[in-house]
Amino acid sequence: MSISFDELNNIQMDVLREIGNIGAGNAVTSLAKMIDKKVDMAVPEVKIMGFDKVSQILGGEEILVVGILLNVTGDLTGNMMFILDINAARKLVNILLGSNDETNLDFNELELSALKEIGNILTASYLSALAGLTNLKILPSVPELAIDMAGAILSVPAIEFGKVGDSVLYIETEFSEGITKVFGDFLLIPDVESYEVLLRALGVIE
Amino acid sequence: MDIEIIKVGMADLNSSRHPCMLTTLGLGSCVGVALYDSTSKVAGLAHVMLPSSEQAKNNSNIAKFADTAIVKLVDDMIKLGARKDRIVAKLAGGAQMFVFNQSSDLMRIGYRNVVASKEKLKLLNIPVISEDTGGNYGRTIELYSDDGRLMIKTIGFGIKQI
Repeated sequence: MSISFDELNNIQMDVLREIGNIGAGNAVTSLAKMIDKKVDMAVPEVKIMGFDKVSQILGGEEILVVGILLNVTGDLTGNMMFILDINAARKLVNILLGSNDETNLDFNELELSALKEIGNILTASYLSALAGLTNLKILPSVPELAIDMAGAILSVPAIEFGKVGDSVLYIETEFSEGITKVFGDFLLIPDVESYEVLLRALGVIE
Repeated sequence: MDIEIIKVGMADLNSSRHPCMLTTLGLGSCVGVALYDSTSKVAGLAHVMLPSSEQAKNNSNIAKFADTAIVKLVDDMIKLGARKDRIVAKLAGGAQMFVFNQSSDLMRIGYRNVVASKEKLKLLNIPVISEDTGGNYGRTIELYSDDGRLMIKTIGFGIKQI
């Protein structure tokens, strides 16, 4: 048996939202430590949407974004993606490496590995919060990074999801740092079977 | 002359009579299958996500799969006045956006989408006259009904026409 997204009730949606909240909260705490600044976070949104809407979530299919993708194995299987607007990525790298040119959107080797490290730390803290909360074994792969159009980046997890359904469930989180607005989205995309595992571990279904 | 601009989304397809421009934005691992009949000037475009409807648990959306989408697109174009023996194909997309060490199915999906699209077109006797596939970058494509040209726009690799 697997759960259809159309059948998720309000309580189950609330629980998924709360998972997003705690996972992202953990990640944001790690980020604040890393850049030594206070980071604010908006309440995560849980969205079920059709493929035609998928790439519009960041403001259009052609918007330049940084995508960090990893595979999840263990009790929970699927993908996790962290997406960052290109300007936000530049600001983050500048904060980390102490530079101040905000117009340069070409990243050199050092800056790229800094971005990768940010993605690594954020996704790992997100997943460790989720593992702690559910007692599930969650094993993340080493994340890979790509910089390209939002539609192209999002096509990778969307295709994986497309094998089983026509709509996608995104747990979307935005965060910001002071007047330097930095925001990004976490997309936790478990395989369809894993939703049941997740909701069962959280005691929402029998 | 004003031309109608028709946007084709992910796992979607559309076709139209002249004058029109069919476009799909931000193709990654998906494949854009552009079909054109130069006599009737009927154009069709599909944004294919997966190679085969037969391996899928849920195959209700026929526009999603190479095998079913191409058949539907050809049928739609014939209804608009195209003739099957005049239709030619151009392909774009099928990139590998992320380079993982292990070559899992997820990572090879772009390549498999291209292969499946070509197989289906061959079965239907529709020649692939040009393609811009593979690589590790996204593409926005535009198919024009006046001459069937396919414009391909990328972020780091400029614009080209096939």
